[in-house]
Amino acid sequence: MNRIDALFARLKAENRRALMPFLTAGDPDLATTAVLIQELVRRGADLLEIGIPYSDPVADGPVIAASYHRALTQGVRVGHIFQTLRTLRAEGDEAVRETPLISMVSYSIVNRMGVERYLNDAATAGLDGLIVPDLPVEESARLQEKATQRDLKLIQLITPTTPRARAVEIARLTTGFIYYVSVAGITGERKALPEDLKENVAWLRTQTDLPICIGFGIGSPEQVHELASVADGLIVGSALVRRLADAANRPRADVVKEVGDFIGSLSEALGGPAN
Amino acid sequence: MTQPASTESSATPTIPQTPDTLGRFGAFGGRFVPETLMDALNQLSEAYEEARADPEFVRELEYYWKDYVGRPSPLYRADRLSKFAGGADIYLKREDLNHTGAHKINNAIGQVMIARRMGKKRVIAETGAGQHGVATATACALFGISCTVYMGEEDIRRQKLNVFNMRTMGATVVPVASGSKTLRDATNEAFRDWMGSSKETHYTIGSVVGPHPFPMIVRDFQSVIGREARAQILEKVDRLPDAVVACVGGGSNAAGIFYPFIGDAEVELVGAEAGGRGGKAGDHASSLTQGKPGVLHGSFSYVLQDDDGQTQDVHSISAGLDYPGVGPEHAFWKDCGRVRYESVTDAEALAAYGEAARQEGILPALESSHAIAQAFKEARRLGAGKVLIACLSGRGDKDAYEVARLRGEPLG
Repeated sequence: MNRIDALFARLKAENRRALMPFLTAGDPDLATTAVLIQELVRRGADLLEIGIPYSDPVADGPVIAASYHRALTQGVRVGHIFQTLRTLRAEGDEAVRETPLISMVSYSIVNRMGVERYLNDAATAGLDGLIVPDLPVEESARLQEKATQRDLKLIQLITPTTPRARAVEIARLTTGFIYYVSVAGITGERKALPEDLKENVAWLRTQTDLPICIGFGIGSPEQVHELASVADGLIVGSALVRRLADAANRPRADVVKEVGDFIGSLSEALGGPAN
Repeated sequence: MTQPASTESSATPTIPQTPDTLGRFGAFGGRFVPETLMDALNQLSEAYEEARADPEFVRELEYYWKDYVGRPSPLYRADRLSKFAGGADIYLKREDLNHTGAHKINNAIGQVMIARRMGKKRVIAETGAGQHGVATATACALFGISCTVYMGEEDIRRQKLNVFNMRTMGATVVPVASGSKTLRDATNEAFRDWMGSSKETHYTIGSVVGPHPFPMIVRDFQSVIGREARAQILEKVDRLPDAVVACVGGGSNAAGIFYPFIGDAEVELVGAEAGGRGGKAGDHASSLTQGKPGVLHGSFSYVLQDDDGQTQDVHSISAGLDYPGVGPEHAFWKDCGRVRYESVTDAEALAAYGEAARQEGILPALESSHAIAQAFKEARRLGAGKVLIACLSGRGDKDAYEVARLRGEPLG
């Protein structure tokens, strides 16, 4: 069974919500990324989104765009990222081996590497799915088909600007879970989330049986706690990545502890990890 | 606008002249954008289809093109340049004589009129050389719409005059400090703005790039260049030209002048890309002649990127050609062999800039200087008795500071 399906089945039985941190692969370097992934799992992360750095990420705000830029300046390549993940899957403890990993990757990268090669390499590296934020459903049929053949989930996004009829169609074409984008805009922490967010997610719930996870703008234990009532999972990106901004100039242990404590605080707001 | 090119030229049915429903020109084009923008693009497609079918919209656009921009722009036989080149007669399509000094105004007025029609309160734009920024700021002033222009810090340094003029007309110019600080980064920032603002904001893209329907809209508005040039050359020499040459960055003036000639198989179409300092990655901006098919800024076209799909740095002496991608219709024309694309170096463009000044008393933009340099080569190849049109897409006032700096005689 795909680890994503297994995770949401288990959480449903336990009546828990998934905590889903995003981090950029290779910021400040891939060795630290590997340590961070293990720490995040230890501190309560249920699923990890691995950002594949891209040179021109138009959906990302300054925090993640700068993080991608730092990683690329380090010379991080997609092949190195997959190698790091493959090693983690082989050598990590059981919790790390069983935690679903998905890549957040631009179609510019998938297209250049070739759809088949990207998916083969991702599957071999132990990834369970992918989000391609610049590939709308109109363009994603081929990728969807090839991903499904390899038991990889292609997670689609629904946003506040998506008309309802279109949202229903996107939900039908999604596998794994639905990524509901909380705000019309780019990634980045927001003090306040839209007033109709819960209402929109509640409506979407009536249209699909898939888990619905909310991302964009979420960065505090209060927000995570608040949205736990409507979502199956909460995605936290910029608030974590922000803590890597000057990581290259600090002792790694301090950075790992700070990020771990932050995720620990979010996990607590969701009621803590099971056992 | 009123007459599609196919009714005016002997169209060959093998080259489709509009994108399909997915916005594809052959394999190229499409929409590779976040879901957040899809509804805005669908609404824009609808609004544009309505506008171009509305005689009142077309009449008003043609009114502004004529009485405000100064269209039609002249088609001028450059005798001394032709003699210098030593071959075919070179005709210059004088887009530099338009209000604001470049072809960009043709599209900016059209798109701002669409923004107004859609009830948008605000317009954003990206700009490289500043010509599209100035044109958009101009159109926004004309229609009383709020305007924000994203511009790379490196381009702000190179194009101070345009920045000053945009601000004078009431536009907000936002410096972009990310990446290479040029057109590509300005385009990223404009998209990021639009992600959160599309409800009240129209994004006026300045070239035939980006997701569908932008490449089609910009091409349609710029096609006025080619329609006029075709009619003017028929009137002057009673036949079609042997070749049409234009510079290609994103490719809007080239698409505009080529499109009405696409069905005229006897007319050679030649695009001149920025060859920069040489053929090494990072030293040029020749997406079509040196790049590979890939995705950038919402469409599938030729792109300069590495094996991982990361966009490569580019260089051109000309800020307007300093871009790692190109419009998808050019990619289509290249692959089906209808248009030939060549690379012109910084040095060749600078030399052509000087020749145009000395031989004709015309200061071309550094972008257009690439077209003139290529026109010299084509004129020599074609030989005497042949006729060639080069698109003089913009005037060179904006480049005086940069050219003086390169010559070691800074203007202060």
